[in-house]
Amino acid sequence: MIRVRELAKTFTLHNQGGARLPVLQGVSLEVGPGECVALQGPSGAGKSTLLKCLYGNYKPTSGSVTVAETEVTSASDQELLRLRASSVGYVSQFLRVIPRVPAIDVVADEVRGKPEARQEAEQLLLRLRIPMRLWSVPPATFSGGEQQRINIARTFIRKKPVLLLDEPTASLDAENRVTVTAMINEAREAGAAIVGIFHDQKVREAVATRIVEMEELS
Amino acid sequence: MSVILEARGLAKRFGERPAIEDVSFELHAGEVLAVVGESGSGKTTLLNCVSGRLRPDAGTVRFMTRHEGLKELYADLSEAERRFLARTDWGYVHQRPEEGLRMNVSAGANVGERLMALGERHYGRIRTAATDWLSRVEMDPERIDDSPRTFSGGMRQRLQIARNLVTDPRLVFMDEPTSGLDVSVQARLLDLLRSLTRALGLAAIVVTHDLAVARLLAQRMLVMKGGRIVEQGLTDQVLDDPQHPYTQLLVSSVLQP
Amino acid sequence: MRDERFNFAFLDERSKRMIRRALLKAIAIPGYQVPFGSREMPLPYGWGTGGIQVTASVIGPNDVLKVIDQGADDTVNAVNIRRFFQRTTGVAVTERAPEATLIQTRHRIPETPLHERQIIVYQVPVPEPLQRLEPREAETRRMHGLAEYGLMHVKLYEDIARYGHIATTYDYPVMVNGRYLTAPSPIPKFDNPKMNMNPALQLFGAGREKRIYAIPPYTRVESLAFEDHPFEVQRWDAACALCGSRESFLDEVVTDDRGGRLFMCSDTDYCAGRQAAKAAAA
Repeated sequence: MIRVRELAKTFTLHNQGGARLPVLQGVSLEVGPGECVALQGPSGAGKSTLLKCLYGNYKPTSGSVTVAETEVTSASDQELLRLRASSVGYVSQFLRVIPRVPAIDVVADEVRGKPEARQEAEQLLLRLRIPMRLWSVPPATFSGGEQQRINIARTFIRKKPVLLLDEPTASLDAENRVTVTAMINEAREAGAAIVGIFHDQKVREAVATRIVEMEELS
Repeated sequence: MSVILEARGLAKRFGERPAIEDVSFELHAGEVLAVVGESGSGKTTLLNCVSGRLRPDAGTVRFMTRHEGLKELYADLSEAERRFLARTDWGYVHQRPEEGLRMNVSAGANVGERLMALGERHYGRIRTAATDWLSRVEMDPERIDDSPRTFSGGMRQRLQIARNLVTDPRLVFMDEPTSGLDVSVQARLLDLLRSLTRALGLAAIVVTHDLAVARLLAQRMLVMKGGRIVEQGLTDQVLDDPQHPYTQLLVSSVLQP
Repeated sequence: MRDERFNFAFLDERSKRMIRRALLKAIAIPGYQVPFGSREMPLPYGWGTGGIQVTASVIGPNDVLKVIDQGADDTVNAVNIRRFFQRTTGVAVTERAPEATLIQTRHRIPETPLHERQIIVYQVPVPEPLQRLEPREAETRRMHGLAEYGLMHVKLYEDIARYGHIATTYDYPVMVNGRYLTAPSPIPKFDNPKMNMNPALQLFGAGREKRIYAIPPYTRVESLAFEDHPFEVQRWDAACALCGSRESFLDEVVTDDRGGRLFMCSDTDYCAGRQAAKAAAA
């Protein structure tokens, strides 16, 4: 599902004298359906950068990234948009939404056109314990934990074969952590290939089928 | 998704000064493309060239017509055909709604004008369409007979959008559609634009200097500087991992968009 | 009696030739506004300078001229223009519409149907029907060129939205020969149907705006409308107090300061003819 070969990513900061900031080098990784790989390592090791390269958000400097049979490094914009829409779910650390759209619509919008979109969104929000009074409120005003759960809901409402999870449980309380852990496991058991960063050891142990250690480039 | 508009090697000079040079890009059906850059970077000239309003000195602009395939705007189409496209299959949303509206006729007449231009000669049907579109842009249909002069800036902008969308265009050009508005009004308009472009499967080219607007509306973006495209790609790519020195400067000089 | 100090019909021959060329073009393209080099005339703009130049260019010594203003032959404007042509051409004049070969008019078409051997010349203040809606002339010319006339219906739409019906009663826009949107000059819309398939040649002159246009004999002239708000002419509950006509365009006349009023024909020649016929029958 996911295949990374000799991936390197160096940021060039043109406005700081062309400083070069190597973050990834020689990264190779394979993740098959039903696997959940936890990236581990100190901050600055490039865990988030790797996820963003998989999503096609960052452009790798060299190497190859194949996700669901698409070569991400050379895919056209259209191909990448199609790949994301059909196959790749990405939970970022921050929720980015249009300021005025209510929470329920942020989630249901991901499956728009489907007649049961709203129902499915409601079920997910219930499961993630978002109080009903917040459903019709734009998430911009939500707490960190609530925003994160909206983010998780909008990603999980589509059953995508590839999931990239950047600290999905970071600001959740114990109860919600259990729920999200269960959701990740359900997705994996259903055949998803998952790469994630899980700070919480308990969550990591509960979801990961494999742990990949990363270290900072010297 | 199929290409709806394709620009190749566009150049336009005003006297000695080149306004745009060697500009090429594609727009796909249903896609929203943001054009960003500081003022004077050629954004508006580019928009005018690709919307059939300004003949470029060099290069081609091809549009996928509904029935006759790709047509070059300036070589294959007469002025009459370009104007026909402009009031049927295209929309153009001006930065200042006063430029895109007829300020001396009512809101309903503003929305109905394109229908009448297409030969609609039934008052009742024009009225129904205008009422429908006013509510679709979240305006009170009771105000159908009011003059746009009595409307706030945000309402005028929504009226301008309704006026453009009443003929079900496939492509809308927008020149800084939110920049004249208060921040709270901007958010509402952005939300409206986003939901309309999605619901109608509209392709759009949005010229903006506001990276947050680009982030919210557009799947792809072009960055212009000195009349040239210095970078183009998916919006999140360009904003999160900018490659060109100018784009890096642009992104780093605003608050997190 | 002709005053020999003036050239025939006042204008010099070159000016007349230039105007005739514009007229020929106007007749060839019904409803199209032809620019022409409008001359200074010995009366101010708004008094019929365009109409006078057209009349001066087509009038011949054998013509019989009738001049009307709002339907009447005896108003200041009509009297002056008639005298002007009497002095500069010496032609015969008449008040009887059927006897005239050339009729210059301000704001009316005679009630008596015109015939093939007649020319009617309209005085036009604003030749561009789109002007109030689109002030840029380059744009209105482009609209004519491309026959983009949706905007005119915007005006009619506004009328209905505001008043419940099309409130335009004068200078009501028409389509000539299915092609050019044309201002019929400020005649009441009551007269619009008379323009359609009229046997006479209809010429229009706008002096200040320097435009000439024409409707050749037997040309289709349609008044714009909506399917659900069709074109309608004015109607009166009253009959003419003088001749009893119920078919003609009536003016309302206040007869005293106690609210007394009556209606009478705006076309004085038509009214006088009917009164004479009644008197003869009685």
